[in-house]
Amino acid sequence: MLSDITIGQFFPGNSIIHRLDPRIKLVLLLSFIVFIFITGNYFSLSFIFIFVLSVVIMSGVALKMYLKSLKAIVYIVLFTSVINLLYGRGEPIAQLGILKVTVSGINNAVFVFIRIVSLILISSVLTYTTSPTQLTDGMERLMSPLKVFKIQVHEIAMMMTIALRFIPTLLDETEKIMNAQKARGASMDSGNVIQRIKAFIPVLVPLLVSSFRRAYELATAMECRCYHGGDGRTRMKSLHLKKADYISSAVCVIAFCGVVALNIILPAAER
Amino acid sequence: MSLLEVKNLTYSYGVGTPFEKKALDNVSVNINAGEFIGVIGHTGSGKSTLMQMLNGLLKPERGQVFLNGNDINAPKNNIRNIRFKVGLVFQYPEHQLFDDTVRKDISFGPRNMGLSEEEIDERVISAAEFVGLKRELLDKSPFELSGGEKRRAAIAGVISMEPDIIIFDEPTAGLDPNGRNYLLERINDYHKTKGKTVILVSHSMEDIAKYAQKVLVLNKGRIEMFDETKIVFSQVEKLDSMGLRVPQITYIMNKLKEYGYDVSGGVLTVEEAYKELNRLLCRKRGEKC
Repeated sequence: MLSDITIGQFFPGNSIIHRLDPRIKLVLLLSFIVFIFITGNYFSLSFIFIFVLSVVIMSGVALKMYLKSLKAIVYIVLFTSVINLLYGRGEPIAQLGILKVTVSGINNAVFVFIRIVSLILISSVLTYTTSPTQLTDGMERLMSPLKVFKIQVHEIAMMMTIALRFIPTLLDETEKIMNAQKARGASMDSGNVIQRIKAFIPVLVPLLVSSFRRAYELATAMECRCYHGGDGRTRMKSLHLKKADYISSAVCVIAFCGVVALNIILPAAER
Repeated sequence: MSLLEVKNLTYSYGVGTPFEKKALDNVSVNINAGEFIGVIGHTGSGKSTLMQMLNGLLKPERGQVFLNGNDINAPKNNIRNIRFKVGLVFQYPEHQLFDDTVRKDISFGPRNMGLSEEEIDERVISAAEFVGLKRELLDKSPFELSGGEKRRAAIAGVISMEPDIIIFDEPTAGLDPNGRNYLLERINDYHKTKGKTVILVSHSMEDIAKYAQKVLVLNKGRIEMFDETKIVFSQVEKLDSMGLRVPQITYIMNKLKEYGYDVSGGVLTVEEAYKELNRLLCRKRGEKC
């Protein structure tokens, strides 16, 4: 059950996407999100969707893993699509009581569906192909201008690294504790809501205790290695932009221009 | 009929991910009532996986586990009832303590069994006594106890269910020598006085040699040997090749025998070795012992 969670999972590999600079990947992800949402007609929508799919394929991570990440939000996607489908404006094509389906409703549903799916896919590409350390390293570097405003960028990045690092550990721990309580006859998956919540106390209390223990141990270990925050800290692996980074950025920029062009040239879908 | 019968068990972790790993490969074994079985194997040999299949925490990919002839994973069986009969003490069991008093924590299992309050109380007290937990500790918070006491309280939580089979997964890890010996003696006592089946997973060959009647050797997800302790520990080379060893005293006695001293091979414990050597010395001095 818990092993289905793929948040923050990283699949080592050697694809072109894996080798890109994390800063570039982050910036491109953000621009992807923006451009996925400014698509105005089916041409630009399918154009960016196909582009996202090709990035997914280029990442070299098993498609199964992407399906897994989509599976996690399948209900949200279906729910929002159906709601959009039923709340369109204009002349109804079909009507059942107060529920009516209109052209704009169908358009909205398709747009929402494709947009959310593309969003999940492109974000999964980032987390699947970038190790947590690289990811936070990239974020730290991107946020470094904020230092001007006395924001402790390094500390925030370090907290994120630690949080990401401990997700699998805590999942593991949760599973172990759950098993230990099940071995004593606890039943986690039967009974009404209140009984189920109560059944989780024997899991949550030890989990909290062990998180604190881990936090103290980690703090001590970091102190033992003379960690003193971000000031004057150097890096073993400093980030340098390579040729591949420039090329991929250029490709993406051209694609984004394509989206805008398609939006302008061709008529917008009725929404 | 054997109490616990494992038939062709196969299990893999992370199926469908790049990290897929076969943990158990076609494992079959029979365990009879009242046996004390030691389980040894290299880290990652599948010991913990096998143990978690014996009480249905993991569902086999292929194969079955029978308790008294019943397939424990059959839909008609309530898996909770199986878990009350096959108790499992995890590694570092003190990490599972959660309630506000030791008494309540130990009673978690018996309460889940649906016993009456009087019986729960009785079982908590006898379980605590059994593991050597002082009566006055029962109303303290489990988080106030010392490391060794926590471990004992957690073990009492499983013993209080009075399972027919009790599995200990490295119960002495991280304890000091006194704590280790004490705990192992208690486990041995549990086996002797209550006549229950005990399965002990351990990395200490000395402990296994001292207490277990039979030894199960796992290597890379397969059962390499399952026989009486003496027979298993006589196969020094085979164990060596799996990265396991025999008790140190066995190495010494085997060497002595190799050098022509009149000692019997296959000595497993220091006590036995002491007797053998004493006999030898007495004879040399021409005394009677």
